[in-house]
Order: sequence, then C-alpha cells, then structure tokens
Amino acid sequence: MAISKKEVEHVAWLARLFLTEEEKERFTKQLSEILDHAGKIARLDTSKVPPTSHVLPLKNVFRDDKTRFSLPREEALSNAPKKEQGAFVVPKII
Amino acid sequence: MELYKLTAHELHRMLKERKISAVELCRSVFSRIGQVEDKIKAYVTLTEERALTKAREVDEKIRAGEQLSPLAGIPVAIKDNMCTKGLLTTCASKILQNYIPIYTATAVERLFAQDVVLTGKTNMDEFAMGSSTENSAFFVTRNPWDLETVPGGSSGGSAAAVAAGEAILSLGSDTGGSIRQPAALCGVVGLKPTYGLVSRYGLVAFASSLDQIGPITKDVMDCALLLNYIVEHDPLDSTSLKVEMLDYTKALVNDVKGLKIGVPVELMGEGIQTGVREAMENAIELLESLGARCQEVSLPHLDYALSAYYIIAPAEASSNLSRFDGVRYGYRTPQKVEDIMEMYFRTRAEGFGNEVKRRIMLGTYALSAGYYEAYYGRAQKIRTLIVNDFNKAFEKFDVLISPTSPTVAFKIGEKYEDPLRMYMSDICTIPVNLAGIPAISIPCGVADGLPIGLQIMGKPLDEETILRVAYTFEQNFGFKEEPNL
Repeated sequence: MAISKKEVEHVAWLARLFLTEEEKERFTKQLSEILDHAGKIARLDTSKVPPTSHVLPLKNVFRDDKTRFSLPREEALSNAPKKEQGAFVVPKII
Repeated sequence: MELYKLTAHELHRMLKERKISAVELCRSVFSRIGQVEDKIKAYVTLTEERALTKAREVDEKIRAGEQLSPLAGIPVAIKDNMCTKGLLTTCASKILQNYIPIYTATAVERLFAQDVVLTGKTNMDEFAMGSSTENSAFFVTRNPWDLETVPGGSSGGSAAAVAAGEAILSLGSDTGGSIRQPAALCGVVGLKPTYGLVSRYGLVAFASSLDQIGPITKDVMDCALLLNYIVEHDPLDSTSLKVEMLDYTKALVNDVKGLKIGVPVELMGEGIQTGVREAMENAIELLESLGARCQEVSLPHLDYALSAYYIIAPAEASSNLSRFDGVRYGYRTPQKVEDIMEMYFRTRAEGFGNEVKRRIMLGTYALSAGYYEAYYGRAQKIRTLIVNDFNKAFEKFDVLISPTSPTVAFKIGEKYEDPLRMYMSDICTIPVNLAGIPAISIPCGVADGLPIGLQIMGKPLDEETILRVAYTFEQNFGFKEEPNL
C-alpha cells in the first residue's frame, strides 16, 4: 500500500519528528515499500482469530500497598539536560 | 598461553586450580582488545581499570579460599542497551550519548553478583533496530572472519567481541533475532530464552512483547552456564516468569537418540543460500546418524511472520521511544527554540538515526486512527496463528531446526540503503520472537570462508532440550574453524 508524502508529514507530526524535504521523499518511498510488503497480511481471513496481545498467560500483578522511599531528587535530576533549583528546566509552556 | 581463546568453563577450572590468576586472564583479554579492537570496533565503552580492580578482588577471594562462582573472574561484555549504574549506556544512539544510569539491569546485576569482570559495553544497531550493526550512531562493527562484512545485528558488538577473543562471554538482546543472527554470522553460540525467563528490567525497551536478554558464548557449555545466572523471577519486571531455577548444564548430555526433530519447510525455501542449505542438509544427516528422527513439517503461517513483525515491533517501538523528549535525560537540541513542541521535534529529529526514525514512523502509522485494525489488529491475529502453528508442530516434535540466517555475513553497505532487503536477514529468527519460544544458534559449517548458523527451536520453557540437541551436535560436528585475525 502506497503512503503519500502528505501522510508521511502527518505521521512525522504525530511522532514529534522534524523531517527534512529529502527525508520526506525517502521515507515516502521506503515506507510505501515496507507497507506494501506488510499488506500481505490482508490476504488472510482473520475474522475468527483472536489477537495475541501477549504470549504469556499474564495476570495482574499486585504488590503490598506499603509506603517506600522514592528516588532521591538528586538522582532523578542527575541526567537532566537542564535543571535549576531541584527541577527540570523546559521552554516556557504558558 | 593465549587465555582469551579459552572458554569460561575451562578458565574456571584453571582459576580454581590456581594455574592462572584472574588478573592474568583480564590482562590477556585486554591485550587482545589492544591488538584487534581498532579493526573490529566491538566496544562503545571499555572499562579496563574497573576490570582489573574486580580481577584483583577475585584473586583475593581465591587466596582466601572462598567458594568460587563458575563465573568469577570471567571477562564479560554487555550490550550497550543494558543499564549499568554509573557507567555510560548509549544504546548506540546520539539521543543517549551522555546517559549515565542510576541503576543496573537485573540480568547484569546477577552477573555482577557472581563476580564477573566487566570488559565494557558493546556496539549495536541503534536501539537494537537492525541486522548488521551498521545503524550504530557511532561506528560500524566489523566481522572478525572478514573485516569487509557485517557481524550481523543488532548484538553485533557482543558477538564480534566473543568471536575475536575480546571477551570470554557476552550478553545480547533479541527482539527479532538480534542474538542468534549475529551469533550465526560470527561463528559463535547465541541463545534467546523463552520470553519472560530473563528479566527485562533495565534493558532499554525496543518492542516490549518481543525483547529478551540472552547469552552469546564460544560453546554450548558456556551458554548453559551463563543462562544459569541470569534466569530468576524479578518482581521489578511484571512479565518476569515465576519458574523453578534449573542447572542448565545438567541438560548437556551427548545423546539425541529417539528425539523427533521437525524441519519447517517454510524456513528452507527460496532465499536460502546454497552453502547454507548444504550445511543444513549435512546437519540433518548428522543428527539422524546420532539416532534422532528428522522430518519435514509445515508451519503455514510463517510466510506472514515478517509482515506481522514489521508492524508489531515498530508499533511497540514508537510507543517506547516516545519517552525520549529531551526533558529528563539524554540529548537535548542545542538550538534556540520557540516553545516546548519545537524542542521535542528538534531533539528527536537530531537525536535519532535513520532506521529508528523509519520504525517510529512505521509504528505511528500502524497505530494511527483508521489504520489500527488493518495493520496492528490484524498483525496481532496473525501472531495467534503463528503461536498455534508452533503449538501444533510441538505436539509431534521435540524441537524444530532451521538455518539461523538465510545467508552468511554480507558486505558492509550491501543492504544498508534497502531496508526491506535488510529485514529479510531475520526471516528465520522472527517467528520465534512472535511465539515467545526459546531458540539457540550454533555453528554448523562454513561457506565462502564465513560461518553458518544452525537454529534449534524448542517448546516454551524447554531450554533444556534445545541445549541438549545443540550440545550433541557440537560434540559430534566438531566445528574447528576460527577467524584469522
């Protein structure tokens, strides 16, 4: 299935990615080829097949509701690209 | 004596008998790294000082007569997508080029508890996305058997390090074949355990329902040994299985008499290189001569596995990689931005490489409104059909075998510009991840001077049988070739 350049631009916006013009052209071609191959799955009748969301028979996992120490602030901030007064610094939002 | 050439179980015996010291062993491996690393480029980070300190500690324990773990003092390399506290963990990505974790991945922590000597963190395809280690943001790793060819991917650094003697053991991660395919291309042993057997806590997530950590080693005995120490239930990973801990080395008996082995016809079809096919036929003959019964079997939905995988894995990746936003850790764009949205867009565009962007886009598309059912929903249903195919085959057979990779190592750059062709490299390994079953790759011959891998697949949690078949094959096949570096 072919994907248009406009769709690539929209998907890039959803994925929060700036793309150059060259990237848009390249991804339009490559994603079309990959989706065309992946489109093979449409040939099978799967109307009566349940989906596998997980290969394990998983059940909800609960832990005891006990208070515990959280990550120390210093450690939580240790990899931050920008920090100030014990907080992450980001561009102005409001 | 060139200690770096030996296996962990041989070295353990020598350490225990005090024929060698852990420091000597560590120096042998680092001297080898000094000789060949410029050519191979297996490591993103080397930790020589730390390794020597640890080796001295192990020697101290030996002198004090303490009980020695079979892994104590053994030099181990770790793929750079497993967190190591206080030590750079980059995932071979610009976006994590400066990331120093504040915790250690459970599987790695378990090895540290056995006093292994960490040699360093190995190169990989960025975020484990790729089949050649050409997608690293830093440099390409080369195959020790032929420096013009790829080592496979995405655990190419880990496989090349073991094959070249730059580590005795290593850990890799396998989402669609990323342990087994590079193990095959580098002529070493690689095992992807049953999904959930090894904790994924601290493994930087690519596709959470497929990722699994596993060993890359020189032989099957080392593989079982390393597996022994990374399997254990982990309350920090909600998908970690609660199973009895086994000594997998006990499964290593030289006997396959009476075992029923299935050969999926879908994995022996077109695209399998002549030399690989011949090696497979010889492997089947050898296993039959040892008393196993081999028979063709059809798993009809395997033809759809690659398509389903390249929807499911990117879909999970697009979600997992949304956490890289330049706020809490990792790279942030140095450019002046107007608002936080621009910061996200620029940070991610500058931080991620081509393959990662391609998969994020693919996954975002497959999950987007209007396409979810046609792609993701349908792919998950195909996954059910593939699981059912395997279940049915395992009613009749103890294990299944196939080539690990359809070809031997290919030239660097050969498939780089053609993602679909590159994705085909994992065609024999991907079904295993979709079904969550265990599989091992072991060397089974050479074509054009490059090693060929035999894949042995087992029932969920039946690592013991695939190890037994692998061990028997290894003992009777006697793969002697080694890279000429």
